Amino acid sequence: MIRRKIANVTMLALMWVAAAVVLLPLVLILVHLIREGASSINWDFFTKVQSAPGTTGGGMSNAIVGTLILLLIASAIGLPVGIAAGIYLAENRTARLASIVRFLADVLNGVPSIVTGIFAWQVMVKPVGHFSAWAGGVALGTMMIPLSARTTEEMIRTVPNSLREAALALGYSRWRTSLTIVVRTALPGIVTGALVSLARVAGETAPLLFTALGNIFFSVNPSKVIAALPLNIYSFAISPYDDWHRLAWAASLVLIALVLLISIAARYAVRPKFGKAVD
Amino acid sequence: MTNPEPMPAPVDSMSAPLAAPPAGTGGAAGALKGISTTVRQTQPAAEPGKVVLEVTALNAYFDTQHAVRNVSIAFREREVTAIIGPSGCGKSTLLRCLNRMHETVPRARVTGRIEFHGQDLYGPGINPIEVRRHIGMVFQRPTPFPTLNIRDNVAAGFRVMKRGRRPGRAEIDRRVEEALRGAALWDEVKDRLRTGAIALSGGQQQRLCIARALANEPSIILLDEPTASLDPLSTQKIEELVYALRKRFTVIIVTHNMQQAARVSDRTAFMLNGELVEIAPTGKLFTAPSDPRTEAYVTGRFG
Repeated sequence: MIRRKIANVTMLALMWVAAAVVLLPLVLILVHLIREGASSINWDFFTKVQSAPGTTGGGMSNAIVGTLILLLIASAIGLPVGIAAGIYLAENRTARLASIVRFLADVLNGVPSIVTGIFAWQVMVKPVGHFSAWAGGVALGTMMIPLSARTTEEMIRTVPNSLREAALALGYSRWRTSLTIVVRTALPGIVTGALVSLARVAGETAPLLFTALGNIFFSVNPSKVIAALPLNIYSFAISPYDDWHRLAWAASLVLIALVLLISIAARYAVRPKFGKAVD
Repeated sequence: MTNPEPMPAPVDSMSAPLAAPPAGTGGAAGALKGISTTVRQTQPAAEPGKVVLEVTALNAYFDTQHAVRNVSIAFREREVTAIIGPSGCGKSTLLRCLNRMHETVPRARVTGRIEFHGQDLYGPGINPIEVRRHIGMVFQRPTPFPTLNIRDNVAAGFRVMKRGRRPGRAEIDRRVEEALRGAALWDEVKDRLRTGAIALSGGQQQRLCIARALANEPSIILLDEPTASLDPLSTQKIEELVYALRKRFTVIIVTHNMQQAARVSDRTAFMLNGELVEIAPTGKLFTAPSDPRTEAYVTGRFG
């Protein structure tokens, strides 16, 4: 009796410690970012472009807009392909092609991001002879494909097969069942997966180094080079100026806030209307 | 809104007791109580209905497993046929062959003939989707679509109709009400048709699934252990509903529960190891079966 209680309390305590250890890095990062970066976040940060090296003031409007444009291009390329592939994988789980696609998606997932960057450079930059936001978007979009495909597959698999059968028994064709019943039921999960992949590539720096390149001026032209928050964080952090270091911290904080904001907004948009499915 | 087709009296009176206990207990409901406890003595099979579904030499397989073995059986119009037998005897598989649901399982195969009003359901040029619209099905676990409200759940079958055949909004509303009344659920949900279907209780969800099948206006309804996941009270409601449904539909019900088969069905089929052992009027099958294996099963000596 006593032994059982001691074991119970010990195990419970260990679990609390484990949970705390998992949360600790996140909390430390956030605290540090806020302490170092919050003071530099002001109106100028969002409205002005960076100032000349060594001078104070300036902001990151170009990098914020640049990151948003890059994420838009990446989503437009990566999500349709990734989600469609995920639906295919889930609905034909035993097909031979499906296991090949699944394996290749896992391989693509493991490709280092800088290699993806070289690939995008090869197909998007070299032929036209200049860097562009298109190339950066293609690099990030390529990374999103396997991420969103695998999460979409997992989410669709959580939909009970009984729901699929119910739709078929009502006279739904297979594709109608997939799209209007199964995918619709799994949609909140699929969107969450898409956002995770978006958040994951939002902070990627390496694939942008020789695709989007970065831009010290404000630009929204996807055919030209474009600034991005991760690129700015990198170049500002390695600069010798204290003021730029502070801006790098602020940019990191904004990048995290941006990802969080996109996540919350989209989750709200596709929240389950009537609560979760049973079974 | 008026209901063009008068609903069977027992259906209306059985949902009433929940709302108004004393007023709702009509004579019809009393009569239903009677049959729900004892085997009915009257045998409608004495006046055989027209055969609507005739199965000949049916074999069904899962990969290499031979689940239904050379079964021939006829189902008659506006009768309730129960299929009983121990777990794994192939009764659900037989049921799923009847509306071509069996083939939706990977590596499943069917051979044999199933004639629906004289037309082979497995013949060339037969669209399984059309088959399933004519022969509706309700499963063991309630399966309301979680993203749809109550009304849209019942109307789900209309969504996939071809544009020219799909009724208008008012007509859909009318048929949703008719289906919900037919499933004895209307009084319980009429004030919350726009709320989510998964907020309903398990028994209500199952009746919603029956309403959803009724809305397609099938001529045959297949019930695959429809009360297996329900409590006794909900089970009783479904059983009363099944009994009422036979006024308009042919019902085939698979059940584990022999008392249930005795209460709701006109004829009962007993299956064992994928074979049809015997089919007879329910009263006869339970009291004087012709096959010793049936007798062993219904007297509880195995299964």
